[in-house]
Parts: sequence; C-alpha cells; structure tokens
Amino acid sequence: MNEFAHLVSRPSRQIDYQTFDNRLLAYVLRYEPSFLTCMSCGGCTATCSAGKLTDFNIRRIGLMLRRGQTDKLAAEIDKCMFCGKCSLVCPRDVNIRNVVLLIKKESTRLHAENQKV
Amino acid sequence: MEKEQKHVAVIGAGIAGLHTANLLAQSGHKVTILEKEKYPGGHLNQWHHLFPDHSSPEWIISGLLDEQLQFDHLKMISSTEITSIEKNNGHFAINAGNELRIYADAVVISTGFKLFDARQKEEYGYGLFKNVITSADLEQSLKSGQPLTTASGKTPSRVAFIHCIGSRDAKCGNTYCSKVCCITGVKQALEISEMLPETEIFCFYMDLRLYGSKFDDLYLQAQKKHKIQFIRGRLSEAAETHDKRLQIKAEDTLSGRPLRMEVDMIVLLAGMEKNEAHQMFSSTKLLELDEHGFFKSKNIQLTRNETTQPGIFIAGTCICPMSVNETIENAGAASILVNRYLEHQQLTNHHE
Repeated sequence: MNEFAHLVSRPSRQIDYQTFDNRLLAYVLRYEPSFLTCMSCGGCTATCSAGKLTDFNIRRIGLMLRRGQTDKLAAEIDKCMFCGKCSLVCPRDVNIRNVVLLIKKESTRLHAENQKV
Repeated sequence: MEKEQKHVAVIGAGIAGLHTANLLAQSGHKVTILEKEKYPGGHLNQWHHLFPDHSSPEWIISGLLDEQLQFDHLKMISSTEITSIEKNNGHFAINAGNELRIYADAVVISTGFKLFDARQKEEYGYGLFKNVITSADLEQSLKSGQPLTTASGKTPSRVAFIHCIGSRDAKCGNTYCSKVCCITGVKQALEISEMLPETEIFCFYMDLRLYGSKFDDLYLQAQKKHKIQFIRGRLSEAAETHDKRLQIKAEDTLSGRPLRMEVDMIVLLAGMEKNEAHQMFSSTKLLELDEHGFFKSKNIQLTRNETTQPGIFIAGTCICPMSVNETIENAGAASILVNRYLEHQQLTNHHE
C-alpha cells in the first residue's frame, strides 16, 4: 500500500499552454478564418441534430480546438451529421460546418502520415 | 459689438432634441424644432418605466416641454418631415414636406433610433406566435396598468427574456451591441416579478453587459430578492406547442448541455438600429455614416457631437445606442459645441 498517495504522479488537469498543440487550429483558421470570432454562445449546440441524441457538443469542439486539446477531437467529430443547422443560427456567421469538415480533413491527413493527433 | 441672433434648426423632438433646443434657446439663439410626428417625446412616449430607478419618463418629457414655454424665440413645428438640407455659404436651407423652407446657421440632428424589427428573427416566432412579445410591447402592456397575461388571458407561470435580439448578430447585419437591452431586461424581469410573484423568470444571455451606474444593483436584486434565473446560452429557436405555450431550445453553456424549456411567454429584448432618416443625409453626401449606419462623428473621442460637415451637429441615439441619462448628457454636450461654433462664426463674420 502506498502511504504517500500525493506523490503518485497523475495526469495534470491543467490546460498547458506551454505544450499547446496548434496544428489543427492553424489549419482550420487558414481555411475558415471566421472561426476566430466565436463567442461561445451555444446557439449551435442548441440546434445541433447530433447533440440531441449523443453527448456531442459542437461548441465544445471549437473550444477544445482553441485550447489545443486535440487528442479526442477526431473521434468526437465523427458524431457530426453535417446538417449545417449550427451555421444557420450562428450570430457571428461562423461556418461551423466547414470547421468540422476541416478538422476531419486535417486529422485524417495527420493520421495517414502517422503523426500523433 | 451687438450680438446678432443666430438661428438653429433642431431635427427631431425626442428628449435629445428637446434638451439641446432648450439649452440653445437659453444661450439666446433662435431655435426651431422640426418633428415628423404629431407629438414630441419620441420613443419615450411608449415607455412605462426607466432603469435604474423605475421612474416614469413622462415627467422628463413634460419637464422639457414646460421649460420651452419660457423662450419666445423657440418654436416647434410638428407633423413635418424633412425632405432635404442644402448648404450655401456656410448656411443651411432645410426643406420640409409641406413647402416649408427654413434657413439656419447651424443644424442639430436628433432623429433618434429605430427599434429592431423582431420579425426578422423568424426563428423566435415574433409575429407568428402570440405569446412572443418584444421589450417595447411589454412596456406598453405595463403602461396600460393591466396585469400581464398571455394571449388567452392567463397569468403566465413562466416567462423567458431573450437578450441580444437584433444586436451582436451578423445574421441580421447588426454586429454591434445595443448596450441598453441587458439592463432593460433585468428591469423588466424585476417589474414582472413584483407584479406576479409566483411567476418564474429566466433570462437567456450571451454576455450580461450591465455597464452603467447602479445597473449591477438591479442584477443583484434580481438574483437575491426575485430569484430570477440567468442562463448563459443563446436561443436557437422557439416553437409553439399545441396549448400555445412556447418550447425554447438553447445550450446551457455553463453545464455544456442542450436545454429545452416550456414557457408561457417570451420577451425579446430588441436592440436599437439606425433610423431610416440617415439615408437622406448620406445620399446627398452632406454627412457620412459609420459602419453601422449611425451618423459619423468628426472625432469619436473629442467631438462626438460634430459631424463630418461643419455646422451640422448630432445629439442622442442617432450617434449610437444610448440610455436616457446618457442621451440627456449627450444633448448637453451637443449644445456646447453648437454654441462654440456659432460664437466662432460671429467673430469671423465681424472681422470680415
């Protein structure tokens, strides 16, 4: 039994900006610069077809992308049905559907090149 | 040297125009106010109570009108719409609908704002569902003195306020913040809660912009005393149920989950837009408009009330969205700049 549980190293819960993985973010912004203007109002999530049935949260996808938390992103966007309603309600006129498409494209490419996503 | 009396035309008899006109008349200038409606007072005539003190706007309008009576050289012409303004040799000729032509040494534009037409946000159902109303409709209902009811006459058990209607919304072309709607919503929520203590009230917001003095006091009061609930999330749509209630969809962004709620009534907090009158001034290249269609100031820091055309001044919400007290302050500032301009004109004319 380990009496010094506090010494056991656990994965940190902190968002580490030092190790920020911005590869996906940079790619998305290059082709969909409107993504910069998201203010996390959640209108997209409210209307999301996939979010009604699964734990998919389209607003969070954007947030994870912007915070460099890209490890679970590729699996997450597989839940998107590309209905495009998110783009229709967005008050900042972000083409959210395209953001998801770009994440999918770039993460697939990175996978194909055996790079860690 | 005897001072020659100058003539100022003030366009629009809302509170900005009335206050500017009074101050200019007090400085000895001859003033003519032109108002397109039958009665002065503008939007405030339809408003019940003001934030943050829940005072009635009636005494502001009547106070300004009473003050007018002491000036023989101040005149108001109502039911008169301007068709054009020309500038010749530093003076202005104003043409109005009924063959009226007025000459002035300076012009103050105080044409105010237009309330955003909430029907443009079709997904929220204004004009389609009877229990979706705007903040302006609610003021009229409160002003009537009748208890608030749904379209079928029932006391609403749950009311939702929706922030940012026609503001901060690229989909309707208004990317700016109308800034007074947040506090209007909190004020109205408090008033409904006072009137109907059993009614549950929710405010759906993106950011709460309670920027003014004492605005946060109302927010605190709304939370503490009235248990009004604030949910951070923008509505995606509202739909009518078979029993004429409304189902709304939003994301509770702080929980990160989609949210459904049935309410009896929705109040849309409509924003402020440019007045259509602005187009007339810009089409003749007399004045420049800013990127949102409001009048452009000569300098946004120092001379907010000066337009890009010397001799034409602006006051109130034709510059940008403003609260009532800001409008009054702004009108005061406008009168100072007009005075300075006319004094300078007097000096140069004298030396010529």
